[in-house]
Amino acid sequence: MVTPNPDFSKEIAAAGGEEVKMCFQCGTCTAGCPSGRQTSYRVRKLMRMAQLGLKDEIINSDELWECSTCYTCVERCPRQVPIVDIVIALRNIAVAEGHIRPQHKGTAKNLAAFGHAVKVDDKISALRKEIGLPELPPTVLSNEAAKKDLDKILTLTGFDSITQE
Amino acid sequence: MAKYAFFLGCIAPLRYPGIEKSTREVCAKLGIELVDLKDASCCPAPGVIRAFNKKTWLAAAARNLALAEKEGLEIVTICNGCYGSLFEAAHELAHCPETLAEVNKILAEIGMEYKGTTKVHHFAEVLYNEVGVEAIKAKVTNPLEYKVATFYGCHFLKPSNIKGLDDTENPKILDELVEATGCKSMPRKQKTLCCGAGGGLKAAFGDVAKKFTETNLENMKESEAEMIIDVCPFCHLQFDGVQKDLGYSFPVLHLSQLYGLAMGMSKEELALGVHITPVNL
Repeated sequence: MVTPNPDFSKEIAAAGGEEVKMCFQCGTCTAGCPSGRQTSYRVRKLMRMAQLGLKDEIINSDELWECSTCYTCVERCPRQVPIVDIVIALRNIAVAEGHIRPQHKGTAKNLAAFGHAVKVDDKISALRKEIGLPELPPTVLSNEAAKKDLDKILTLTGFDSITQE
Repeated sequence: MAKYAFFLGCIAPLRYPGIEKSTREVCAKLGIELVDLKDASCCPAPGVIRAFNKKTWLAAAARNLALAEKEGLEIVTICNGCYGSLFEAAHELAHCPETLAEVNKILAEIGMEYKGTTKVHHFAEVLYNEVGVEAIKAKVTNPLEYKVATFYGCHFLKPSNIKGLDDTENPKILDELVEATGCKSMPRKQKTLCCGAGGGLKAAFGDVAKKFTETNLENMKESEAEMIIDVCPFCHLQFDGVQKDLGYSFPVLHLSQLYGLAMGMSKEELALGVHITPVNL
């Protein structure tokens, strides 16, 4: 037995996924989902679970992270439900409660360390120079003050709780 | 002369610098002035950083948008992920004054403000809509004859309700852009199927991502294409990196690199040697 929890919809709405209530369960999303062909991720099911407020089941699931955000479902949804926004909202709720994979934590740490999602690689820096580009791109990587500004944004928005163990 | 703030993102400058180099050269040849968007950061990545903490994503994206606004320039990106993030963040901030005000409280802490005016473009969109296929043809000095699989990726055209660039089930922009060089775009099944890399899937469930890629590769082979042309360094990385394990060896080029070849750049300048799958042309 599952116990529906209507309060969860408020939490989803606060995270930017209010329109989950628009879903009328036709299944067009699942039919076109490329991840659903390979995994047990079912978009329609996730939308229904969100409507019912099955928070624990959602935030503890692998399926929540099996969406590649390709927007095929959003393009085809007859109710124009912004499904990817809802997936993002659910993931935000999951992460806020500590559900984040080590690989994803690694990407988050790259952002905190470099201001970029990938690490600086010395071989690539050398190659950049060879083809006439500056060794480091003219981004936060080339300006310490700019990187500090970004760091401050990460701190002010609570990102440190993700990157710090 | 059209002038844009050039947003580099992460994977192009830090993994495939030939994409950055060729974009600079090709834009110069086509009369597009690129001004480096100095001090920019990661867009930040829409499928991961936005999925972890939307507030962080929006504020950091707003910082990038504000840097361009201060220069009075519209942004051009060479990556679907950057385009997705910056376009969607700009859209949200332009349409929701409350959100903009909240973001500006954060930006005020670093002495910045975003008024909500920056427009964001994709490189391929600028080429197609601003330069035009005929003007591009006129700049081709080294016509090419490859049979090509065009790969749109997801966040170039979608979500179409706010982007409105092309038909998302059967798009043609990239096919026309590729054929401007003399190449032939080969029709294939499931042309708009995701590469599998996005949304944190590559990082967390790499084998699932690889299955997406494999289906694409099978369809590309069946279409008799001999090369993949993408408009996103992340799709580029996915195809370039995983196809060997799957028994494929398509050269993978970003549109800017194909144009570089067609406009007389050397293979060295295109940094093709850094590609994981050898590019033997």
